[in-house]
Order: sequence, then C-alpha cells, then structure tokens
Amino acid sequence: MSHDVIILGAGPAGANAALAAAETGLKVALFDQQPEAGGQVWRAPLPGLALPASPEKAGGDALRARLAASSVDLRLGRTVWSVGAHFRLDALGPDGNETVEAPRLIAATGAHERVVPFPGWTLPGVIGLAAATVLLKSHGALPGQRVVVAGCGPLLAAVATGIVKMGGTVVAIVDLAGPGDWLRLLPALATQPRLLARGAGWALKLGGKRVPVHFRHGVRAALGADAVARVRLAPVDAQGAFTAGPEITLEADALTVGHGLVPGNELPRLFRTEQTFDRRRGGFVPVLDAFGRTSLDGLYACGDGAGLRGVLVAEAAGQLAGLACAHDAGALTAAAFAERTKAPAAAAAQARPFSDAMAGMMALRPAQVAAIPPETVVCRCEDVTRAEIEAAYDDGARDLNQMKQFTRCGMGPCQGRFCGDVAGEILAAKVGSREKVGTYTARPPLRPVPLADLMGSFDYGDIPIPRPAPL
Amino acid sequence: MSTTYDLAVIGGGVHGSTCALFAARGGMKVALIERGPLCREASGVNAGTLTMQMTRVALIPYALRAHAMWANASEWLGHDVGVVVCDGLSLAFTEQEEELLSFRAGKRREAGAPIELISGADALRVEPGISDKVRLAGYCKVDGYANAYLTGLAFRRALLGAGVDLMENTPASGIDREESGFAVKTATGVVRAKRVVLAGGVWIEPMLGWLGIDLPIKTLINQLVVTERVRPVMRTVVGIANGLLSLKQYPHGTVVIGGGWQGIGDRERGGVELMPDRIVGNVRLACHAIPELKDARVARAWAGLEAETADALPAAGPIPGIPDAYVCGSVHSGYTSGPYIARLLADRILGHEPALPLFPIDRLLNSGDAERGPQ
Repeated sequence: MSHDVIILGAGPAGANAALAAAETGLKVALFDQQPEAGGQVWRAPLPGLALPASPEKAGGDALRARLAASSVDLRLGRTVWSVGAHFRLDALGPDGNETVEAPRLIAATGAHERVVPFPGWTLPGVIGLAAATVLLKSHGALPGQRVVVAGCGPLLAAVATGIVKMGGTVVAIVDLAGPGDWLRLLPALATQPRLLARGAGWALKLGGKRVPVHFRHGVRAALGADAVARVRLAPVDAQGAFTAGPEITLEADALTVGHGLVPGNELPRLFRTEQTFDRRRGGFVPVLDAFGRTSLDGLYACGDGAGLRGVLVAEAAGQLAGLACAHDAGALTAAAFAERTKAPAAAAAQARPFSDAMAGMMALRPAQVAAIPPETVVCRCEDVTRAEIEAAYDDGARDLNQMKQFTRCGMGPCQGRFCGDVAGEILAAKVGSREKVGTYTARPPLRPVPLADLMGSFDYGDIPIPRPAPL
Repeated sequence: MSTTYDLAVIGGGVHGSTCALFAARGGMKVALIERGPLCREASGVNAGTLTMQMTRVALIPYALRAHAMWANASEWLGHDVGVVVCDGLSLAFTEQEEELLSFRAGKRREAGAPIELISGADALRVEPGISDKVRLAGYCKVDGYANAYLTGLAFRRALLGAGVDLMENTPASGIDREESGFAVKTATGVVRAKRVVLAGGVWIEPMLGWLGIDLPIKTLINQLVVTERVRPVMRTVVGIANGLLSLKQYPHGTVVIGGGWQGIGDRERGGVELMPDRIVGNVRLACHAIPELKDARVARAWAGLEAETADALPAAGPIPGIPDAYVCGSVHSGYTSGPYIARLLADRILGHEPALPLFPIDRLLNSGDAERGPQ
C-alpha cells in the first residue's frame, strides 16, 4: 500500500478530509482533475489570470495554502479512470499513468449541474448556471454580452452579480421561486448572517443596476437560428408547472440556466454501496453514518457528492470523514476521536437549517419535468428525446438501464451524469417511483480518457497477451 | 396458476429466448422465466461480434448457419438488432503469430469457414485502417456484428408477438418434478410445465443442481471497452491470431474493444471489477491493430460473463435421466452461434430431428472414458 488513505476530490469536503487525516499522521493522497484545489465553489483562476478579490477566491487561497503547508501528497491535474477494490486507483497525470493503493478511500467528488430540458436548450449560447460560475471564477470570461440568468436557487444571484461585476448586462433574472418562497426561508437563512448578508449584497447590487427579476417564471424556449437570440418565459406555479398567463420574450445572446445540482456519487455506486433516493439532497445518495462511512468497509463519502448540503456542511463533513479514517486506521483513540469530532459535528449541525433551505430551493420539481415537450432532447450526447424514453417504457423498459439499452440514452461521453436524473424522473412517472427505476450502473472510467494517454508508449512484444482461446 | 405450459424456459438470454420463440411458433404454449429483464447479461453486454475467426472449430458449421440467421434477423426475429455483415480480418504481427494464424485458420477452413490467408499488403486493401505492421491476415467475408444491447428489445417484441408468456424480473429458485412434468418455483409463484429448458448461461450449474445434476460451468469475466463516437477509422471486424482481440466500429461511430481479457467477478456478483493493467493491454493491442484509434476517448469499460464447460463445447440437449428436461447454453462465442443451436433444440423439443447434432451433456457427467460430443 502506497498510502493510508486516498481522497478523490479536492473541494471543501475532500481537502478538509485530507487535512484532518494528515494531521493525525496518516499518509494521504489527494486527487483532483483540476490543476488547483478548491473544487467548484473555491475554484482557482486559471494560471496567470488576475481576477478581482472575492470571498470565494479568499476561501480557496486559504485552503490551498493550508494544503501546501501540510504533508498531504497532492495529486492535482489527474484524471482518475479506474478505482478498484481495497483500494487501487489509477490516474492519468502529466507523467502518464500513476497507481496508488490504500486501505481507505474517501469519495468527495462534488455535484453535477442539472438542467431540466426545454426546447432550444442545446443551442450554442445556452450554458449551465454552475458552468457560468466556472467561466466567471476560473476564466474571467462572460457567457455573453446580454445574458438571461434563469433557473432556481442561490446561483441565480451569484451568477448575475458576477456578470454585472465583469461589465456584462443581465437582461433579466428568471426565478422559478417567488419572493414569498425566499421570505419563508429568512429564519433559516438568518442562521448564517454572513451568507445572508452576502445574498443581500447581491440583491442590492443587482437592484442598483435595475436588473429585472421575473419571479415564478420559467424558460419556455430558447430561440435562434444558429445560436440563442431570444428567450421565451412563461409563469409557473409553486411546483414548477407552466400556468396560463402572458409569456415574455427577451432578446439575449446567452442564457445561463440551471435547476439545482445532482450528487456525483459514481464512486459509491461503482462499489455498489447502499443507496437511497433523497429529493432534497438532489437524487440518489449513499447511505452514510454520522461520520461519512458507507456500507462498504473502508469507503467513505462526504460533501455534495454524498447529498447536497453546501460548502459549510461539506467542510465539516470532510473533517469528520478524515477523522473517521484516522480512527478506523488506529491513528486516533476513541477518546481523541470523540474530542476532535465535537467541533465539526457542531458546525455541521449549526449549518443545517441554512443548508436545508438552499437544498430545498434547488430540488427537482417534478411538474417541471412533466412539462418537457415530447420532441425535446433529454440526452444531449445521444440525442434521445422525451418521447423516445416514453416509447421505451411502452416497449417494456422498467428501469433506467433497460431504457438505456433500448434507446442509447446515457451511453454517450457523459455516461448519463447529465441526463440521468431527468430521464429517471420521466421513467419514474410511468413506473411509479425513482427507487424502482434506479440509477445507471456506474462503470469506469470516471471521466473519459484518451486511448493515446491510456496506452502510453509500448513495444508490441511487451503486451501481456493472454493464452489463446481453445481451438 | 392452473395453466400447465407445454414448455417452461428458464433464462431469457439469446439461447432461452430463441428456444422459447421457435417452440411457441411450433405450436407450444410457452413460459419464459427470467430473473431480470431479457438479454441483460451475456446476451446484452457482449461485444456483438458475429465472426468465424474466433469460433471453435467444432462449432463452425453451427456458426455459419447462425450467422445467416443474424443476417436475416428481420425475417425470423422480425426486428432489427443492428446487424452489419462485413469482412473480417484476423491479424498476425509476428512470425509466431503467422504460424498460429495459419494453423488455426486452416483448421477452421477445413470445418467450412471461408477463411483465406492474405498478405499484409492485401489486408491493407481490405481494411485501410489497419497497421502497416501486419505480416499475414486471415480474411473471411462471413463476419460482422450486432448491437448486442438491442437484443433484449428485439426478442421481447418477437416473444410477445409469438404469444410467449414473458415472466421478466421473476427469479426462479428451484424445480420440483411432478407426475405430469415440472413445477418451477419462482418469486411470484409456481409455474407448471410439461417440459423445461434450463438456459441460464453461467447459472446453468445451479439450475442443474435443482435436478440433482452436477455439471461444473466455469465463469469467464470478459472485459470490454467502448469509445466515444469518432470519425470512421475502420470498416471491418478486426481480431488477432490468438483470438484475444475483437474490434469493430459501429455505424454511429463508437468502437468496441474486446477479446476476452479477464476482469474480476463471479456468477453471484457478476463482473464487479476491471483490471486496469488488462484494459491497458487490450487497448494497446487495439491501437496496434488500428493506429488511428488512439485519438478516441474511452467512454466506458465493463465486464460481461461467459459460460464455459470443461471441454469448452456447448451444453445443449436433453438432460440424462430426466425425460422432458433440457439444457441449452455454454456455447463458446455463444452470441454468434446461439440462435442456431437454440433453434436446433427447439426442433428436438417439437419432435423433429435436428438438422445438425446437439451437444448432450452426458459427456461431461461421466468419467474421462465417456463418449465425446461432436468434434
């Protein structure tokens, strides 16, 4: 074994897990596909790019400094393509394939964006809300000059403010929620005064720029010949269903739209640990104990990949998982473990009302899925429409994997990370429940890898060709 | 519950489904019992290769007829399984492989497979995508591939059309022999039938155990890799002399890389883990054969199960000592040959003399001096 624990994902959860485990003397390897730690929320600007200060950048810089000063073996810029039992991890990095092994593995792989499809959502110029945060934070680039910011949850205000700060125009914010929905959350949000103040700051800034906000509206269609030119909105009810009422058409050259996040739980699914469907937490999540232990010995999960709870809980959950690893590895006595977990457990509990409120705003609204027109593409890798998914049901498909074989839905480069949640919801509406429909079977590689990188350089004679099959 | 079927088939892969389909079309009242959805194990996740150049010599006559069945799937199955008939090449890169290829192609040719040996230069004319390092190639016009993942959909429609009672997601847990036939115990009740066919692939071993018969079936865990869609890089099915590579590009652009490199798993858990070193080995072999493939990205790798008897020949025929009970499976390269062999068994069950001999399991149950199956 090369390490005591391997951690996959260097965001707030994974990085804190790494630091907590390393402080107890464990030998920790921390992997991430990005060249810098920080995850999505604390994503670093690209090298050489000087971006204005922000709380995210400050938080990320502080974390990166702590990691640099620690004993953690940082394996950044690595694409992990294989994860095997007990645990062996293979990743492609600057020097080709590297293999590490450890008896413990922490999955801290974060979340994927959810976009509930609508006509025109695959047009150039339409990008995800979370993707827009990457553009703004990491590339210092605007998604367009005149941008409609649509969807739900706190990313709406964050993205709109980011666009305004960089000199772009926000044509409008389109929020599935209404002012009343936000007001009802105030008591929960007030438990995190700093974050509430930040949100209020966004609101003031946007108010100052007189950015129109269309509450209780959704995107009916993105229109344009080769790229988005107009965005059509319609009013929605509390469940996200379109209601009678005047439609609004806005001129824009970009639409950023997102409907919450889906936990990226491929690693626990790869190991077939116990899962449960939790709509508030974004979908299927691994069943965990209070410290992040999954149903498989040695495998832990924390952060948004284990269920959406946001950055505050992710930091605490990461520390708890790191300490649990240390305890299970014998590096912490039961007493020391009890002592050290007190603070992060309290922090997680304290962050819970805020986290629940935000997760609730981002949860998938089934009525919104019900409104997807039949001819609209759901799986954009393989161009599979809603009607084709429903035709597969009529042909006898009763779970996601069977539907996938009938239609190719989820067989493309994203392997269903993007469409799986919505496709599951469409099929579940027919079959009866998300539990019955299940999830796509997770398989390696965790992200697509080029064959050229995988094979490296070799001599034909060195390929360990197995014995010939019987003649 | 009061229905007694003429035939209950346990196992809804290619073998069980074909057998059930032809028995029903022959006039029998048939139940098909499958623990999951149809064709979701070996029959749905294999590489889809329909080749003579990886088929066992003894199975060539069967595989040729089965190939014709796949090519005409729309006629007898009624539905498209994405079958493409194309040329096949088996490549030799070294002197040793030339010898192996000449010997193996010769034996298969004797058995009826129309395989020619051609030079590397001629092979390049057949398949411009291959490496210029090829020294010799086996060239066969009877080759091709299917979209294995469509098999379940195609059989499902055909079986329902033929009036088969389809019992998907219905695990069977045992068989009781009764005066008038068999009682198959399932999760949702007992299914009674005058005859049974055990067509459970690698699960044939526990199924035969229900009837007190001990037939060891080895479980192979075949690793497979599929790329993202890429521009056309090849037009044939490509393998290598020793059979440890199968490679083809589907019309939609993905390339499937297989060849039977072994992963980790078993009958109980399925293919649970892939061996990264063997994925790399298999990928190197593929890119050595088709150099342009290196620009593609791996979208997914998985492992499927393959069943193998002690002599690696099929278990397909009556079960000795138990009238009206049959077994059908463990066919090497079973996806290619399966439909024909299962159809032969259906003929036998319907009281017709099969056009080619079956592969009774008596040979595997007795001691070493027992009669061998067809060679």
